[in-house]
Amino acid sequence: MNAPLMQFRDPQRAKALAAALQRAVDRAGRRVSLMHVCGSHEQAIARYGLRAAFPCELDVIMGPGCPVCITDLPEVDEAVALALQGVRVATYGDMLRVPGTSRSLADARAESGEVEIVYGVSEAVRLARDTREEIVFFASGFETTAVATAAEILRGPPKNFSVLSAHKYIPPVMEIVAEMPETRVEGFLAAGHAASITGWGIFERFVERHKTPVVVAGFEPLDILAALVRLTELVADGTPAVENLYPRCVTREGNLPAQEQLWKVFRPTGGRWRGIAHVPNGNLRLRDEFAYLDARRRFRIEVERLWDSAPAALTQRCICGDIMAGIASPSGCSLFGKECVPDTPVGACMVSSEGTCRIWHQYGGVPDLRNGDTQRKGDTMRPSGGDGVPVVGAEP
Amino acid sequence: MRTRAFTEDRVTLKHGAGGPAMRALIQQLFADGIEDPPGSVGVSAMDDGAALPLGDGRFLVITTDSHVVSPIFFPGGDIGRLAVCGTVNDLAMMGATEVLGLTCAVVVEEGLARKDLARVHASMREACQEAGATIVTGDTKVMGKGQLDGLMLNTAGVALTTHVVRDNGLKAGDRIIVTGTIGDHGFSVLAARNGLDLTGELRSDVAPLNGLVRAALAGGPVSAMKDPTRGGLSSALHEMAEKSGVGVLLDETALPMRLEVRAAAELLGIDPLQVANEGKALLGVRPEFAERVLAALRGHPLGRDAAIVGTCVPQNPGRIVLDTGFGKRLLAEPEGDPMPRIC
Repeated sequence: MNAPLMQFRDPQRAKALAAALQRAVDRAGRRVSLMHVCGSHEQAIARYGLRAAFPCELDVIMGPGCPVCITDLPEVDEAVALALQGVRVATYGDMLRVPGTSRSLADARAESGEVEIVYGVSEAVRLARDTREEIVFFASGFETTAVATAAEILRGPPKNFSVLSAHKYIPPVMEIVAEMPETRVEGFLAAGHAASITGWGIFERFVERHKTPVVVAGFEPLDILAALVRLTELVADGTPAVENLYPRCVTREGNLPAQEQLWKVFRPTGGRWRGIAHVPNGNLRLRDEFAYLDARRRFRIEVERLWDSAPAALTQRCICGDIMAGIASPSGCSLFGKECVPDTPVGACMVSSEGTCRIWHQYGGVPDLRNGDTQRKGDTMRPSGGDGVPVVGAEP
Repeated sequence: MRTRAFTEDRVTLKHGAGGPAMRALIQQLFADGIEDPPGSVGVSAMDDGAALPLGDGRFLVITTDSHVVSPIFFPGGDIGRLAVCGTVNDLAMMGATEVLGLTCAVVVEEGLARKDLARVHASMREACQEAGATIVTGDTKVMGKGQLDGLMLNTAGVALTTHVVRDNGLKAGDRIIVTGTIGDHGFSVLAARNGLDLTGELRSDVAPLNGLVRAALAGGPVSAMKDPTRGGLSSALHEMAEKSGVGVLLDETALPMRLEVRAAAELLGIDPLQVANEGKALLGVRPEFAERVLAALRGHPLGRDAAIVGTCVPQNPGRIVLDTGFGKRLLAEPEGDPMPRIC
């Protein structure tokens, strides 16, 4: 591993930052709840065991930042239907097990649907070049991977290639979470790679509107710890501001050519994010100029046939939105551990291996490993249900 | 053992990935209603092989393994070497290091180049020589084009031992030893499969371990042993901990891992603790014997990088707590084949 990268993985500096984080929380003098909106942040936090180094009075909540988790049932259904109709579907590996209404792509593959796992859109384009069969790229991810999809589309892929876009756009969902009436979130950790495209300036209006600080963070353990220290300080001091703690990649303006390509190919449109809400401008769909590459227009996607065996509106009872907003815990969900388990997840938080419900289910609560023990940490989240809990899962 | 409902209508790839889903399938389907012969280690133990008492203090250890791999030839080995080593190692993990004989069944897809088959065969002979084993009988079938992906090998093996080593014998206080660098096989196959051009030496570790295990057993008593193949170190250690009723504190900073593997793991987004090894073993050893067994392992060419990587604890039976150097986390047990992440 190269030396510059390893500097951001120095356990000694991590200890110093953990101490600084404790001081910042002490300065606030109360429990502080922060939210990150990025699967890669959760992955790094989990991967390096950082939660065990966080102060007890600090909650770092995983927000709707895992693009796989928030891909909605009908979007998965479209990919599953295409695969079952005999079209080859190429997608990212972790999309395979995401449940649709009645099946996941893994199920479709077991039923002889052709599903290819690719590392990126360019590999899917290569697949198309090597065959005369139709290849549909089931595209998921935020502005980071959407830019890659846009670039391939502008490069002119072969005729047998098309895109089923489930791409999502992060800034609008932050508005949704910030506006939830009971939200405890006092500050946001913004994803460094998404910000490298959009620029950190995009958060200035958000901060102004919601009086909530935002800190842009990278993905190495020291990046995350340093950003949490700064964010907690901003919360403690009551300073709503945007700060960029990932200056080695992120500028105020962002990557302008990438933004140009992104908006040339995609238009933002409203749509549901699984378990969260209808997010205005949260979905990215192909513009009319690229209709010939849009799988939704190229094929008649027979999703209806998947709906015969639809589970009885289980998703209506899912409270992932509340859990992601930090106002409910999995134990307050009537589906948790019953209809909703890791093998057959209903909501976003059970899909991802780093999802709150998945972790609770696997380990019987939030493990407190400070003393090498996995006893359940005190239930720091208020139980959900009852009056006053916003219904975020309903269509507006 | 944790049990899971095997409720799905169909078998999926995760049922063959060495994790909890596969164990559930075996328990609920194959092991259901089977009674193991008295005094034996049988199907219900779900260990690396079976051990049948001969009545004179010795045990006959038997194991069988089917091998498919894509591509058939990969850096550091091929399907033939894999088939011989896999079975020799399953015997060795039961404490049976003197192989009486191996069988080999070959299922070939119509159209396979004869020179490829000859190359696989030559490699099997070479692996047999290294293991001091002989293939004593076999079977050949050919299937139609498209009915099989190239080549499938099944090997079975028998060996004798007076001391059967199980995978469920860990006790609190035992040290966990890994016999060398982890992730080499999984990532060399993944890199070959994906056409990744990684600099450095990324080769499969596929090797017969009976000599190494013999050296370890001569160094001191071993409480439990398992080879971390499918599902990697995480899956094997979880299974050992769960069957033994202990927890394990694993020191990530002590895990031997090649730089090439670290790099490939980050590039591919795959946890090196979840990919297969084909020439490594995990040993549980009482603390007072740990250094002696470690020295014995390091004295063998296949054990030069052996290291003590963890300690068994009475808390959290069946769980692995990983100390990353930054903090601690529970190690997740892999479910299905490792998938590259997007986010």
